[in-house]
Amino acid sequence: MADDREVIVSVKNLKQYFNIGKPNEVKAVDDVSFDIYKGETFGLVGESGSGKSTTGRSIIRLYNPTDGHIFFNGQDISKIKSHGPKMKEFRREMQMIFQDPYASLNPRMKVKDIIAEGLDVHNLVKNDQERDQRVRELLDMVNLNPEHMTRYPYEFSGGQRQRIGIARALAVDPQFIIADEPISALDVSIQAQVVNLMQDIQKKQGLTYLFIAHDLSMVKYISDRIAVMYRGKIVELAESNEIYNNPLHAYTQSLLSAIPVPDPEIEKQRTRIDFDHKSPFKDDQRLQEVLPGHFLYCSNEEAAKYKK
Amino acid sequence: MDKILEVKDLHVDFDTYNGVVHAIRGVNFHLNAGETLAIVGESGSGKSITVRSILQLLASNATISKGEILYHGDDLLQKNAKEMDNLRGNKISMIFQDPMTSLDPTMTIGKQVAEPLLIHNNVSKKDALKRAEEVLRLVGIPNPAARMNDYPHQFSGGQRQRIVIAIAIVDYPEILIADEPTTALDVTVQAQIIDLLRELQQKIGTSIIFITHDLGVVAGIADRVAVMYAGRFVEYGSVDDIFFNPQHPYTWGLLDSMPTLDTNEDARLNSIPGTPPNLLDPPAGDAFAPRNAYAMQIDEEQQPPFFQVSKHHFAATWLLHPDAPKVTPPAGILNRYEKFKKLGGNAK
Repeated sequence: MADDREVIVSVKNLKQYFNIGKPNEVKAVDDVSFDIYKGETFGLVGESGSGKSTTGRSIIRLYNPTDGHIFFNGQDISKIKSHGPKMKEFRREMQMIFQDPYASLNPRMKVKDIIAEGLDVHNLVKNDQERDQRVRELLDMVNLNPEHMTRYPYEFSGGQRQRIGIARALAVDPQFIIADEPISALDVSIQAQVVNLMQDIQKKQGLTYLFIAHDLSMVKYISDRIAVMYRGKIVELAESNEIYNNPLHAYTQSLLSAIPVPDPEIEKQRTRIDFDHKSPFKDDQRLQEVLPGHFLYCSNEEAAKYKK
Repeated sequence: MDKILEVKDLHVDFDTYNGVVHAIRGVNFHLNAGETLAIVGESGSGKSITVRSILQLLASNATISKGEILYHGDDLLQKNAKEMDNLRGNKISMIFQDPMTSLDPTMTIGKQVAEPLLIHNNVSKKDALKRAEEVLRLVGIPNPAARMNDYPHQFSGGQRQRIVIAIAIVDYPEILIADEPTTALDVTVQAQIIDLLRELQQKIGTSIIFITHDLGVVAGIADRVAVMYAGRFVEYGSVDDIFFNPQHPYTWGLLDSMPTLDTNEDARLNSIPGTPPNLLDPPAGDAFAPRNAYAMQIDEEQQPPFFQVSKHHFAATWLLHPDAPKVTPPAGILNRYEKFKKLGGNAK
């Protein structure tokens, strides 16, 4: 079933190391491979420090990957030069929504200039009139009042700012959006508004999302497929219902058993599964498909057990 | 049960450049011995300010303009600075939200944990450090004897939060105030910290006021729950009352906007439209009315009083007035009512 879907982003053996050769070398992303299909929402979950944000930032080339390849629409983008014309072309197709709506908007710019920056960089509008018109459309798309385009970020609430961030990402009409914890800084009542908005826009524009988060119930709700990251590796990858109903990796099981549920009866019966962090990986293990569409980081013998 | 703490008609104002913000507008609650009371609400609803008022840890532009805070019947607001110092970290202590900023980076953790004992009790440094070591073991720091001389940066986020908890409980406080103690942590670490707080409560009999915006966490830790909105409580009751028989439309909205693992992916999430009111100029009626699909004319005009739902369950919504029209809550809430009936409750 997976075969007839079009791959938009393909990550092959991506490695992202920091402080290479120094005593404090960090293998933030350590040999990670996965495909993202066109039109889907791909969830990436894991605890802080697991490398999920770094993976997202490497894909959009905020870092130069240490090793491995990233293909976007079949083209290898892992080596293209930072300030060249190819990078500019590629960045138009791929945009990012950031976690902190307070830190990711320039406080000294008007909302219309924040949103139109991408339009200006890519020369997508001919004159100011057209530019304002496009900004109005974008604000309308994210359910903000277009009359407010001359205001500054401080005049908006957290949820409204996140909408501005979404409008900015949409301005250049991208195919693929990386959303790095887009709702974790927002209040519960506002989170649902932003998630609904993101889904509406996805349907309308046929967008593909990489949704990075640690709130597992929200990730399950929004994602078609989910990858679980732990210490720089993907330990499990499957369709979201499959991950939740049939978690195979001990770390995934531990993570799922810790999700708080807003129901006191369920909470009373909760049994947490502890995960042994001492030596999680063995040399003979790798990420492999053990059930149709269900990938697990394990050895060949372990995989054989599931394949039966 | 004994009421060890009672807050009566608390009002807190903040002086700002734009005018006076009425952050807390008449809050009443009490804390029973040995229980956990959770206060839930969005940022800006006033939950942190409410508990900070208890310890008088408010910013310099804040004034408690009205109210009483009775600790064993004694009004804390009448105490002088020295008397408050004697209470803080001793009888009543606090766990702060951010473990990264609430520890002193230049002081070993052994000293930081022992500090409250040295200040409040007449103990020798040696005894205090010994006790600090015991408490660090109690909160689950491995090999505490060796780690007493380490500095905060040598610990992970979860361990630092355990150290912050160790400081708060080293003197076996009667009341522990935990202000979003797990918000900055990963789910697995969060679950461990909650288990730890529960265990400590059983061991040392502390009463806990737990502030959070995460209803999942509340369901796991609270005996009683108070829901706060725009500087007021809107509903309070036992944890079962709030989760299975909620009456206030704001509580409905909160419970309904969180996806659970059972939420159908094809359905849209129920969100609460709009944003909280500006407390520079609080609305005359129910502050939630502009965002409330069930709002009536009277909600715009008059603040609803608390109506009693059951013995310990109260909600401030005009929907509970005998003359109010019957409304049907959202489907997710009706499912919760079903559960309440199964538990033997008498849902509306």
